[in-house]
Amino acid sequence: MDSDLSPQDKKDLDKFIKFFALKTVQVIVQARLGEKISTCSSSSPTGSDWFNLAIKDIPEVTHEAKKALAGQLPGIGRSMCVEISLKTSEGDSMELETWCLEMNEKCDKDIKVSYTVYNRLSLLLKSLLAITRVTPAYKLSRKQGHDYVILYRIYFGDVQLTGLGEGFQTVRVGIVGTPIGTITLSCAYRTNLALMSSRQFERTGPIMGIIIDHFVERPFTNMAHMHPCSYRAPGEDEGGTYAGIEDSQEVCTTSFSTSPPSQLLGIICTCLQKCVCCFDLTEVAKYVSLPNQMVVPGKEGGVPQMPAQPTHGTAAEHGRIPSCPTGQSPQPAPPTSCSSKVKTVSPSDALETTFTRKVGAFVNKPTTQATTTSLDLPFAAFAPRAYDLQENDPMVHPPPSPAPSSPLQGSLHSNTSSHSGGQPQDDFVMVDFKPAFSKDDLLPMDLGTFYREFQNPPQLASLSIDVSAQSMAEDLDSLPEKLAIYEKNIDEFDAFVDTLQ
Amino acid sequence: MCVDISYTIMNCRSEVLEVSVEGRQVDEAMLAVLHTILLHRSTGKFHYKKEGTYSIGTVGTQDVDCDFIDFTFVRVSSDELDRVIRKAVAEFKDALGNSGSDGMGQISLEFYQKKKSRWPFSDECIPWEVWSIKVNVVNLANEQERQICREKVGEKLGEKVINIVEVINRHDYLPKMPTQSEVDNVFDTSLKDVQPYLYKITYQITDSLGTSVSTTMRRLIKDTLAL
Repeated sequence: MDSDLSPQDKKDLDKFIKFFALKTVQVIVQARLGEKISTCSSSSPTGSDWFNLAIKDIPEVTHEAKKALAGQLPGIGRSMCVEISLKTSEGDSMELETWCLEMNEKCDKDIKVSYTVYNRLSLLLKSLLAITRVTPAYKLSRKQGHDYVILYRIYFGDVQLTGLGEGFQTVRVGIVGTPIGTITLSCAYRTNLALMSSRQFERTGPIMGIIIDHFVERPFTNMAHMHPCSYRAPGEDEGGTYAGIEDSQEVCTTSFSTSPPSQLLGIICTCLQKCVCCFDLTEVAKYVSLPNQMVVPGKEGGVPQMPAQPTHGTAAEHGRIPSCPTGQSPQPAPPTSCSSKVKTVSPSDALETTFTRKVGAFVNKPTTQATTTSLDLPFAAFAPRAYDLQENDPMVHPPPSPAPSSPLQGSLHSNTSSHSGGQPQDDFVMVDFKPAFSKDDLLPMDLGTFYREFQNPPQLASLSIDVSAQSMAEDLDSLPEKLAIYEKNIDEFDAFVDTLQ
Repeated sequence: MCVDISYTIMNCRSEVLEVSVEGRQVDEAMLAVLHTILLHRSTGKFHYKKEGTYSIGTVGTQDVDCDFIDFTFVRVSSDELDRVIRKAVAEFKDALGNSGSDGMGQISLEFYQKKKSRWPFSDECIPWEVWSIKVNVVNLANEQERQICREKVGEKLGEKVINIVEVINRHDYLPKMPTQSEVDNVFDTSLKDVQPYLYKITYQITDSLGTSVSTTMRRLIKDTLAL
């Protein structure tokens, strides 16, 4: 195969594939940042716009992609994958899609590397730009923020699609034949968006954030096949380089030639060696405009069900723990994965959120000891306290202390803290679930009783008319005057109605 | 039900896409489809140098959110090109509204090459790819239906984008890269920032019987068939 290819063509092809892979990652990750992307056309070639497309390079993304590739190129049996996941503020995560850049053995030996392959790769990138806005994850990524964020992970090797759930769909972005194989780019995306529990994701690997968050601790550190990544926190400067291009920058100055009569076209590529680029990490914030990660209750009213939360989920979310140690040894043999969280988070903002569980109005509370402190019930002062059936209620376990170590952690675990007093770890989750108007075992008041009791409430004093003050006759007498006033102002009323239409 | 059709006649590849939209969605739906096609059929500006070489400028892209459809599409970053396409779509929409028909019409984007002919014959325009978008305008009764329509049309447009990408990536016939003297026979070089293949946009309005009431041919590019 390769023996038919000239050394220059082989070199060009390898370079095209390498930069195509890097640009593919950039397009995918940027499409999941949650904001609209816009780049300018330029009538003059700049020399650094590979495939004649203006695609910005987020340095950290390029860095992670190169780390995942580890000097290899996507090839037959070696696929590069970008996995996009969603992670909720409660710590649940879910794989949404996996983009795969693969190569199969079907070769096109007659194709011109320096022209046709290059242009078709350019076309494929345009198709990728279009398709990344069409898959379901795009809409989710545009709405990310308080309740969830979108994360990415790049890995090299075998494609892993098991995390996408059943019934995932595949869309093929396109193919480009080359003398050494056919490059295919496709996306497998989840169709079942029901959120899985966090327990199922204890076995999945760490995932990389779309937005820079250097403070995220790896929540899943016991993954044999996953490897933590080293991070540089913003401002940390190891020689000032966090280059998207490590030690050499290859600039493609493309010139095409028209060569009559055969119309053969060739590319003259000028490569500039050893151009070290220094990037300020804060520059990456330009690509980031997501709100801080805030843990707020995702549901309104009532009490959301809280599965037993591993505490690391909270810590990982807000990154109060410093980054992974740098300088870790590189990953072993494939599948090599490289995970990093990319989000700027202001930890103070994250910690300011206090999650207060509220029960619906009219829900009767159990005892003061068990519930008003641990459950933070509103209207607690109005709750009847005639009964103490706590010992009969299997769902209520008074916590030792209502004071959490942090407002966030305490709020998230207000349910589970009641179980922290030595309950054995079970597979089921004890949830103290008290929706409004729910039946309460502690008090003998069911919905029917409540309804009968409050069926005929007294009329509000503000709405009652003091009959002695005004008689019906007086009302009738004043009517003509009122009508005259209304008729006089009829134009105003008509104008008002027009404004409503 | 929308059925997309693909066929080739005389080396001219034809693709037919169908969409059903509400009246206020016509503009954005047409823009989304036409811009997606033109994204793939536009290159950077050619700069010819000596010795028969040329370089190609850079094409930028930008996301466009639709107001009446749950959809975002990508277009080439060229305000000039966007104005031309918007003008064509606006004329099509006006024709749809004024025709008194049941709101059915078709807008076509045709890519062609010019073949020079000797005097007194005019240059011949040979199409090599035609995209036809059949539009069916529906009327909706209430806001709930409109909301559902927003989402459904968004999904349908997503399918159309996938169809377009699939056709484009078959890598069927494309005109050969021209020499400097022939570049205007293949590309529209009138724009400052990008260079689409030569194209023309035409539309037809269909009456309720399904026949073409008027074949209003509007040539919206500067190079026409005029003698």
